[in-house]
Amino acid sequence: MNKQNNSFMSWLDKRFPVTENLERHLTKHPVPKKVNFFYIFGALLMVIFMVQVITGIWLMMFYTNTEEGAFASVEYIMRDVEYGWLMRYMHSTGASAFFFLMYFHMFRGLLYGSYQKPKELVWLFGCFLLFLLMAEGFLGYVLPWGQMSYWAANVILSLFGAIPVIGPDLQVWIQGDYVLSGATLSRFFALHVVVVPLLMIALVVFHIFALHEVGAGNPEGVDIEKHRDEKGMPLDGAPFHPYKTFSALPAIGIFFVIFFSIVFFAPEGGGYFLEKPNFEEANFLKTPEHIAPVWYYAPFYSILRAITFGIPLLGITSKFLGFIIFAASIAILFVVPWLDRSKVQSIRYKGMYSKIGMILFAASFITLGYLGTKPVNELRTLIAQICTLFYFLPLILMPIYTKYEKTLEVPERL
Amino acid sequence: MSKKIDQNRRRALHITSGIVGAVTVAGFAVPFLSAWNPSEKAKALGASVKFNLSKLEAGAMVVLEWRRTPIFIVHQTLSAIENLPKLDAKVTNPAKEEGITRSANSSYTVLKGVCTHLSCAPKYHPEIEPKAWDQEWLGGFFCPCHGSKFDLAGRVYKGVPAPTNLEVPPHSFDGDMLTIGEVG
Repeated sequence: MNKQNNSFMSWLDKRFPVTENLERHLTKHPVPKKVNFFYIFGALLMVIFMVQVITGIWLMMFYTNTEEGAFASVEYIMRDVEYGWLMRYMHSTGASAFFFLMYFHMFRGLLYGSYQKPKELVWLFGCFLLFLLMAEGFLGYVLPWGQMSYWAANVILSLFGAIPVIGPDLQVWIQGDYVLSGATLSRFFALHVVVVPLLMIALVVFHIFALHEVGAGNPEGVDIEKHRDEKGMPLDGAPFHPYKTFSALPAIGIFFVIFFSIVFFAPEGGGYFLEKPNFEEANFLKTPEHIAPVWYYAPFYSILRAITFGIPLLGITSKFLGFIIFAASIAILFVVPWLDRSKVQSIRYKGMYSKIGMILFAASFITLGYLGTKPVNELRTLIAQICTLFYFLPLILMPIYTKYEKTLEVPERL
Repeated sequence: MSKKIDQNRRRALHITSGIVGAVTVAGFAVPFLSAWNPSEKAKALGASVKFNLSKLEAGAMVVLEWRRTPIFIVHQTLSAIENLPKLDAKVTNPAKEEGITRSANSSYTVLKGVCTHLSCAPKYHPEIEPKAWDQEWLGGFFCPCHGSKFDLAGRVYKGVPAPTNLEVPPHSFDGDMLTIGEVG
């Protein structure tokens, strides 16, 4: 983009800083030369967000947000609307893909210390995005008004009812009725299609602005800003375009091959993406045999169920304590930047305790996820309790072991 | 701009506009948050239900609907009142503190007609006679879905799938008038 030769661009730039912002955020933005597989998930998340927005808008054109019409309108989309099935399956598979990518993206952050000073805000905005995504997924799952929509929402809303003193009134206020009903459905629709997506778009912008202020990280945890050439370009960096844009394209292609294989051949994901009871319309007199969350909430649901004891002395019931621990399991992620006291960023140069901690954390998360989709029994509850402990311990003890463990020397250059 | 900036005046303006702004936001929050409360329609549908007990004979049961839930009202016979304490050993939770009928009245029982197992509708079987599911049946509720048994006061028998007694909805008695949904 040459300012002198292009009079239109120069006219535009004087009125609206197009070139400046394109260069800052896209074309000339320096990114580390060498990163690995884990660094593609951010780009894929942008892609899947767009898929959700576009398919969501189209679904909204045919969906009815009333208690009487919701279930039938989803059937109508599936059977009568041309390519309606594609829109819906892309949207439902997209939800699963969104969480899958999000979890890997965040795990990357934990592995390579992508939250460390000065990237705290990048991480914090990201955690808010996870929270919003969870809310968005929950609200969206209620909309088809199937049996699992209704009863899973009942389980979650009754958690608010378990809050001492204000709980029951709060639950009625959220539901807009004394039972979960059409009033709840239509407000969830408004939140799902307008409020939460708007907040998410704002936070994605904040997330990226903050990232471009502090610079992207790399698996070595090397600061590429230290060594620059005479033009001020980091020696270990490359401009975002064309280096990153073109290396992301094949990854996006591969992602879509996998994504559409699921959309076309296994959209229900074996009952994990779209649960079987949800093919039956919501019936407030008939609870399904086994209420299970969609797989992406399973780890957190498992933590909720693992708390089978309360604190009677403080008047805290097991249900409310479960709610507190469940909320804490997400809240603790927000403070990770202040828990890590390590001199180095990447797990590659951190000590043994960090590595063991990360393995325990990841293994607990996966085990909890598996248990969350299964009915409870005594053994499973015990395993879930142990895993809950090992989900929290590596994070809670982080300030101690990261401060005292021996770390390796980080190289100067990438 | 020859005059000196009057910092006090500026501070006063900041504080007043801040307060006015906060009051405006708080004021406008009221209608928006209140809109989420149950509407008049929902309130009407969720309102308490009244029932005149004078026409309910001893041993009979009526079903009312309250907040989308069937409510069972049983007029206990004298023999039922005598039999209920005999079942204390057979039920999981005798719920002595709730009284023999588990209601605010010594001859009526008020229950949510929803099985605590998987929310089926338990059937009313007041007869005292051997049944397929219990040779020593003293009357009660039997859930045909998965075979849960409850006595006439809705207390769950041991060894059936339902974990807890049938729920008692909030209710009050005023002479012959029973109100579901309000505690007197």
